[in-house]
Order: sequence, then structure tokens, then C-alpha cells
Amino acid sequence: MDILKFFTAGSVDDGKSTLIGRLLYDTNSILADQLEALQASNRKNDDGTIDLAILTDGLRAEREQGITIDVAYKYFQTEKRKFIIADTPGHIQYTRNMVTGASTAKLAIILIDARKGVVEQTIRHSYLVSLLGVSELAVCINKMDMVDYSETVFREITQAYEALAAKLNLNKVNFIPVSALKGDNIVHRSDHMPWYDGSSLLYFLENVEVTGHLPSVYARMPVQWVIRPQTEDLHDYRGYAGRILSGTFKKGDAVTVMPSGQQSVIDRIEVFDKEPEQALTGMSVTLHLKDQVDISRGDVLVSSARLTQQTKNIAADLCWMDQKQLDHSLTYLLQHNSKITKCKIADIQYKVDINTMKKEGADTFHLNDIGRVELKTADELAFDWYDENPANGAAILIDSRTNLTVAALMFREAV
Amino acid sequence: MQAQKLDYLDELEAEAIHILREVAGQFEKPALLFSGGKDSITLVRLAEKAFRPGKFPFPLVHIDTGHNFEETIIYRDQMVERLGEKLIVGYVQDAIDQGKVLEQKGKNASRNALQTVTLLDTIAEHGFDACIGGARRDEEKARAKERIFSVRDEFGQWDPKRQRPELWNIYNGRIQKGENVRVFPISNWTELDVWNYIRREKMDLPSIYFAHQRDCITRNGQLMAASPYLNMDEEDLIVSRKVRFRTVGDMSCTAAVASEADQIDDIIAEISASKISERGARLDDKVSEAAMEDRKKGGYF
Repeated sequence: MDILKFFTAGSVDDGKSTLIGRLLYDTNSILADQLEALQASNRKNDDGTIDLAILTDGLRAEREQGITIDVAYKYFQTEKRKFIIADTPGHIQYTRNMVTGASTAKLAIILIDARKGVVEQTIRHSYLVSLLGVSELAVCINKMDMVDYSETVFREITQAYEALAAKLNLNKVNFIPVSALKGDNIVHRSDHMPWYDGSSLLYFLENVEVTGHLPSVYARMPVQWVIRPQTEDLHDYRGYAGRILSGTFKKGDAVTVMPSGQQSVIDRIEVFDKEPEQALTGMSVTLHLKDQVDISRGDVLVSSARLTQQTKNIAADLCWMDQKQLDHSLTYLLQHNSKITKCKIADIQYKVDINTMKKEGADTFHLNDIGRVELKTADELAFDWYDENPANGAAILIDSRTNLTVAALMFREAV
Repeated sequence: MQAQKLDYLDELEAEAIHILREVAGQFEKPALLFSGGKDSITLVRLAEKAFRPGKFPFPLVHIDTGHNFEETIIYRDQMVERLGEKLIVGYVQDAIDQGKVLEQKGKNASRNALQTVTLLDTIAEHGFDACIGGARRDEEKARAKERIFSVRDEFGQWDPKRQRPELWNIYNGRIQKGENVRVFPISNWTELDVWNYIRREKMDLPSIYFAHQRDCITRNGQLMAASPYLNMDEEDLIVSRKVRFRTVGDMSCTAAVASEADQIDDIIAEISASKISERGARLDDKVSEAAMEDRKKGGYF
């Protein structure tokens, strides 16, 4: 059994919380005492049934305002898969929350209100899916019960969306007509739409293939910690601890330490009391090299068959996440996996109006702004382009005055 | 292409180890909060996997309410002996003796809420900048929104509206002097995941997790272990029941569930079929719907 992380973009009005509530409710993922609390709450639908949206509203501030202001994580499992949902709010003022939720997701669910069709926020959500490179997309056309389960409405919306998807290079799009409120095509196939021959949303989530693993030459492991017991019997023990970002390392593989360029060979791979022959993407391991080399936290071990990029000047897409606007005169900190270095924003190429996807000139970035900048870092970074290898192509910016995370960065091209 | 996909337990384990190593790499003086419960026992196992054959780059810290299940303390001391790691104990009794907190009165009195003061004192005394805890997002609604690296101000408070965005697998642990970070490596695990992991790793647990005969009373519709720490009166009828505990907290606030499950396989079967969530057996969450949010804002684990 594997894990699928997905995120949902949509607003309260689209019935996003109801959809997630429905997935949890219909897969028996709500336990008795939670259900009790749900029933005790006085929020009900018009027809007197329980408002399932309450299941995903976590904080009191949100319940009072009836909105979702943060990313909430929800868990459920079926016999086929474990699921982690990043439930994010959909309004434009929560763009940063959507970017956060999307950053770790392998699949996105976009909700469209059948009565409204493709609207401004659909464009925004789809743009973010494309920007973050989320590989799979399910477009749920919701509230089908409010349009008499009409096939014509569904077809019109899918056509409009396909035009948008083409512009955004989204090529794996799956359309599902649903009613989260009534439960149509969420967990069970609906009887109301005989014209629809696809699967229910849950069936799709259970069966979609989302490996996205890169070939072994993309083997990369940022060193997090050097294990040196320095005891009598382990006097020469020196293990490089980290998690494999991408690709595969095997015993005997030639590796290069970036950015220093020192070369060696993998002597053995340790995972606690086991010594596997290879370290796969996602595994946390301890690597031992044949040669004595100088390695510390922040260095990246990479396959010598394909080195990373190595530079101090990078053009990157940026999403600004702080109340304080970007300040050119400041030196920020850039954190790329286990590496931290000083960084300046040398130039702003453009800002994107994410409702229309039009590029425009800009002097600075405010909260939720997205666009392209040129970065200049103090130390060389060992990275890959985000499009090729997102796990090694992203970073965050930190304001050294407040220590807050102020921006998400995706490395796009050379300057 | 890589054919093999990681099994879900391997993936959860690898994520937790990554987080523990980030703590080691980013902080000067971290600590692992150890309660004797299954979640913190799981954390210790993960720390072994992250740092052996080296030593842990942090001590274990136990906040002792004085109202413990004896089995937990025996387990703790044996475990520390086996690991050869350092244990620091902060006593709630000290805070009571110093008049910093007042013992609660009445039938539902518990020392659970008093732990916060001792925790903050212990953090201040040792200058810990990061405290690793075993909380999981599936436990409760407020937890569902908490970051893996969760920054607390110098009063230990959590501000849900000022949380840092947490992107990809990049954790920002930078803090100002006086602040500290609570780190939750098993945020993405469910209760069932923890039990499946315990079974896979063949880990020992304190015996109270398995069904055993015990003197209990019924309080607020839940089974409580009869103990000197529980304020009882003549209305409380003591009955011997076969029970087990799903969480291990203070004896005065941790409810038992009637159970015949004395093997881990039976427990997993019971939980899979269960219709009461784990925190449902904690009286401290029942006070109000927003109970956890309020306690976390005040500096609770």
C-alpha cells in the first residue's frame, strides 16, 4: 500500500469542504465521537442533514467566520491506498496557502460550480497547479444536482476547461461530474448521470498512477547530518545521513560531492541495522564513501553520471508569502533543502496577474504576488531545474529580521 | 525508471527520520519529550534509526505529573538504561510546592493542565531551543493545522494565525532568542499507522496498553482506573474490569476502554473496527469544542 498526497483548491461556495467531508464520511473515516461533536453542532444544511463541511473547519476563528484560513491536513484510507489531503482555502488572499498545500501534493482536485462554469478562480487555481508542477489533476464539476444532472452543462464546462488546460500545458486532466452534497460520484457511482461512463472520484484516487520517479542518474542526497560516533570500536566510522530526493544510489556508484566537486564511490548503504544494495527515492539512509572526503551539512551527494546545476545566479518563479513586501535593499536567507545561504533579489523580470495570466512589470512583490525574479546567492547552489526535478529545484526565502518564511522559489532558468 | 514504490510505513518512517535529522542539523539544544506513551516510544525508535550508531543529539525529557501509571515509569527507566541516553525529568510536584500552580479541586481534578508550567520551566532551565513531540494531526482538529516545525513565543504560546508556511520538505527552524520550536515528526501518522509500525518493528510497550484486569470506576460515562490520584467518594463504585488504555496520560485524566485485546494483533483489529477516536478517551479534550486550540495557545504540547 502506498500514500497519495493531494490538495484541493476551491472555496466554501464551491462546496470544497463538503466534498472532503463527504469523502471522509462515505469511507467511514469519521469516528463516533467526532460524529457526536458534529451532530451537537448546530450547523445544518437546508434539508436538515448534517453539514459535512464542519469536519474540515479546524480553528475556532474559522468556524466563527465560516471560512478556511489555513492548510488543514486530513487522513483517510481504503484497502488500496492511504490518503493525505491538504485542504486549502481558495480565495485570492489565500494564494500562499494553496501554494503551500500544492508543494507536497502529487495530485490536485479543482472544483468548478456547475452553475458558474470556468470562472476567474478556476484560472487561478489551474495556474497554481501548473506553476507547482502537480502532475495529476481531477476537475470535479460540482453541484450537478442543481443543474438537473445535465450532460450538456458538463460538456460545455469540460470544453471550456480544456482550452484553459492547453494554455497551461496541463495534459493529464480528468473530469468528474459530482454532487458533494448528495454524494453523487464521490465514493459511489451515481445513478443520476447514466451518460457519464467514467469512475467515481474515490475510484480515480485509488487507482491513478502517480510515481513520477526520475531515472537513477538523478540520484541526489542533501547531507543533513554526519554520523561520527568516535568511540573506540567505531573510530573510523563516518556516515552521511540524509533522505534521497530523487533517483537511486547503488553500492559501487560513482558520486560527486556538490558544490566542492570531490569524487568518490559508494562503499555501503545503511538503514539502521540493515544494509540494502540500493537507496531509493524517498528513503532516509546513511551513505558511506570509499574515500576520506570533506563533507558537511548542506553539501549534496549526486550521481557522477549527471551533476546538478551549480551557480550563484538563477532566474526563479517566486510566490511572496509575507505581509511585509519584498525589499530589494535587504539580504534574505535562502534555504534549499539542508543548505542555507545569503541571497539578494537582483531583479524582477515580471509579475503575473494570476486571474488572467498576463505578465506585467513590477517594482516589488506583495503578499500572494507571483512572478519571476533573478536571484544572486552568496554561495553556489547545487540544484536542478524545477521542471526537471522539483525535489531539488525549490527553495524558500527567510527574512533574517523576523525569521519568517517570506517566499517560495522554483528555479527555472539560467540568468 | 524506479519500479519499487515505498510502502506507506517506510515512507512515514523516512519522513520522520528526515525531520529528526533536520532538528539535529538546525538547533543548538534540542530535546525529545518523552511521556512513556506509544507515540513517544515510536519517536525514540525513529531516533535510533536516525542517529545510530552515534548518540542521540538530544536528551529525553519527561514531564512527570506524579500521577503516573507505575508501569510507565518502570518501562521508561528500563528503556533509558538500554539506550544509554540521558533522561531529564521535570516534576509537576515542584511547581506545586513552589506555589507556581494550584492543585485542582473537585471530582474532575487532574494535573494534566499543570504540566504546561513545568514544561516551560524545564525548557527555560535547560535552554532548549527545540522540543520534539509525538503529536499527530489526526488526533484533533487544531492539530490538523499545526506545522511540523511549530514556533512558540517565549511564553510557549502557539499562534495559529502567524504560522510559517511549510513548503516541500524544507523546514525553517530559525528563531529569535527566547522562542523555541515544537517539532512533530509523526504529524502525518494516524493511530493505526503507529500500531502497525509498533508491530512491524516488534517494539515493547508498557503493559497498560494491553488488556488486563483492573479496579475501575465510571466517571462521566468513561472508565477510569481507581487510584489514590482520583478524587473518589462513596458514590463511586469500584468494579474490576478487563481494560486497556489507548493513550497514556495522567492517571486522573486517561480513560480506559473495556477490551479483551492482550496481543498487538487484537489491538489493531479492535482499532480498525473502533468507533471511538483515541482522544475521545481523554477527558481533558471534552471541556469545550475548542479545548485543544486554547491549550495549545497557552503552551501545551
